[in-house]
Amino acid sequence: AKPDRDGCSAVEEKKMVKSELAVAFPPTFSVSEIKNKQRRHFMFMKLKQEKRKQKMQLRKKRRKEREALGDKAPPKEVPKTIENQRVYDETTVDPEDEEIAFDEGTDEFSAYFNGLTNPKVLITTSDRPRGRTVRFCEQLATVIPNAHVYYRRGLALKRIIPQCVARNFTYLMVINEDRQVPNGMVLCHLPNGPTAHFKVSSVRLRKEMKRRGKNPTEHYPEVILNNFTTRLGHTIGRLFAALFPQEPHFVGRQVATFHNQRDFIFFRFHRYIFKNEKKVGIQELGPRFTLKLRSLQKGTFDSKYGEYEWVMKRHEMEACRRKFQL
Amino acid sequence: MQHDDVIWDIIGNTQFCSFKVKTKSQNFCRNEYNITGLCNRSSCPLANSQYATIREEKGQCFLYMKVIERAAFPARMWEKVKLSKNYEKALEQIDENLIYWPRFIRHKCKQRFTKITQYLIRMRKLVLKRQRKLVPLSRKVETRERRKEEKALIAAQLDNAIEKELLERLKQGTYGDIYNFPVHAFDRALEQQDQESESEEEEEEEEDDEKDVGQREFVAEEEVEESDLSDFEDMNKLRTSSDEEEQDESSEEEDEEEMEVQTKASRSKGKSPANGSAARKKRAYVEIEYEQETEPASKSRAT
Repeated sequence: AKPDRDGCSAVEEKKMVKSELAVAFPPTFSVSEIKNKQRRHFMFMKLKQEKRKQKMQLRKKRRKEREALGDKAPPKEVPKTIENQRVYDETTVDPEDEEIAFDEGTDEFSAYFNGLTNPKVLITTSDRPRGRTVRFCEQLATVIPNAHVYYRRGLALKRIIPQCVARNFTYLMVINEDRQVPNGMVLCHLPNGPTAHFKVSSVRLRKEMKRRGKNPTEHYPEVILNNFTTRLGHTIGRLFAALFPQEPHFVGRQVATFHNQRDFIFFRFHRYIFKNEKKVGIQELGPRFTLKLRSLQKGTFDSKYGEYEWVMKRHEMEACRRKFQL
Repeated sequence: MQHDDVIWDIIGNTQFCSFKVKTKSQNFCRNEYNITGLCNRSSCPLANSQYATIREEKGQCFLYMKVIERAAFPARMWEKVKLSKNYEKALEQIDENLIYWPRFIRHKCKQRFTKITQYLIRMRKLVLKRQRKLVPLSRKVETRERRKEEKALIAAQLDNAIEKELLERLKQGTYGDIYNFPVHAFDRALEQQDQESESEEEEEEEEDDEKDVGQREFVAEEEVEESDLSDFEDMNKLRTSSDEEEQDESSEEEDEEEMEVQTKASRSKGKSPANGSAARKKRAYVEIEYEQETEPASKSRAT
């Protein structure tokens, strides 16, 4: 009872004191200079209330002005988001850029995009994979048409690659595992194409998904690539696009999405249906995972002597919150 | 004087030996010159004045021997003999150096030598195979990335983005003629040739007005009951309003739609809430008969 009483009386005193203080204190006064915790807390609360009141008044005023002006009111301000405030990346691709179009006409994916090769994917894991990784690989193989899962028997990647090339594979995908969970992916475009190393996170297998549909059919899915804006993003986008065959079966109504947001690439696999021309329903099948690019290397997999086109350097690249690479 | 028994009495049994490691079932000896690694009367290098071991240094094996004559000179106590790299020759060397020595020590030396050569071979083989590189994770970085990923996922609004993209593709006509949405077709015609499409629409509207003069009342009541027009209804109206030639197709599609709606209701889709789909299902059963009669009215409303 006593502390309460003291507290209450203290509060009243403080109120009186504060009104005096408001006049007496110099403008450089800050709440943090009060040594007494109770008083400091009280003053801080007061400060916050003041600020909130001012903010509400400002808002009301603005709303009144807007109503008063009616149609002539200035448009509402767009709130700042990280995407709005993104630091302009000089390697952003212009849709009409000729140089880039020429580059893409002659790079390693041109064979695919000109319709000369059909994708054939080999999926494997690191040594001694555990159940979750194995199931993940199997599900990936159902999602990607023309994909084969092979058990890695401790073979060196550099020896596997020539064999794959000999058997006309276009992609080698290696899922790396750590602590019984997939955590990395190496995606190697085969004849002599770039190798990308990703960090895999948030893997959700089919049976863990809520409200999922039946298993995906054998139809070739469509591909959606969102938000790959920079030059690097373009390369990665083409890397993903070349995994799937060029002619999707629209009858199958399946779509695989690679959505890039703030350098995280979200993969989803859906079945869609158009209810009318303004509404579409989607139902998620298939596994979902997120990728984060760690390095892009020219040529096939060679970690020691390979020439790296891009490597994630955390200190340089993650220093600014609004700067993204893809 | 060197009294092995006395030494063993002291360090082996009663008092303390700093090299001894005791476990529940066994005593081990951590002395680097011990030949078997266990703490025994015959294996203790301190309690045996005549002793021999094999030790390896950087892939090379040496035979160490200790005799009682040198017990007074600790600096010269151990005699070191380099063994040949050839396994058989090394065994012969051991034999010839330890000739006339107790059987136990000779046998144990050879055993130890064999084990050492085996593990050296395995080490050399392992270096040639692929080595797994362990990369340390920084906990702070990992939690930061996880949080960023969550935020990015929320900002991405994946479902909306995918739906938008699919609708875009539908509008641009990448799907060709698979989906017949007549209203959509009218829109497209509008964009290309304004006048003709407008006149078509006007004609259709007039026809519709003439048809449903008597039947509007039905439609009004139903519309009031439902809060939104269900997509299922829209689907039906649009389908059945297509050309007479396509009416068979449309009826089939209707059936498909009904089936789909029912299956969807049983497993509620991510988009539609369970209650909504159940309500739709109920309505579907009730309204099928009315649907075909009133479709022109609602179609006119849509246009």
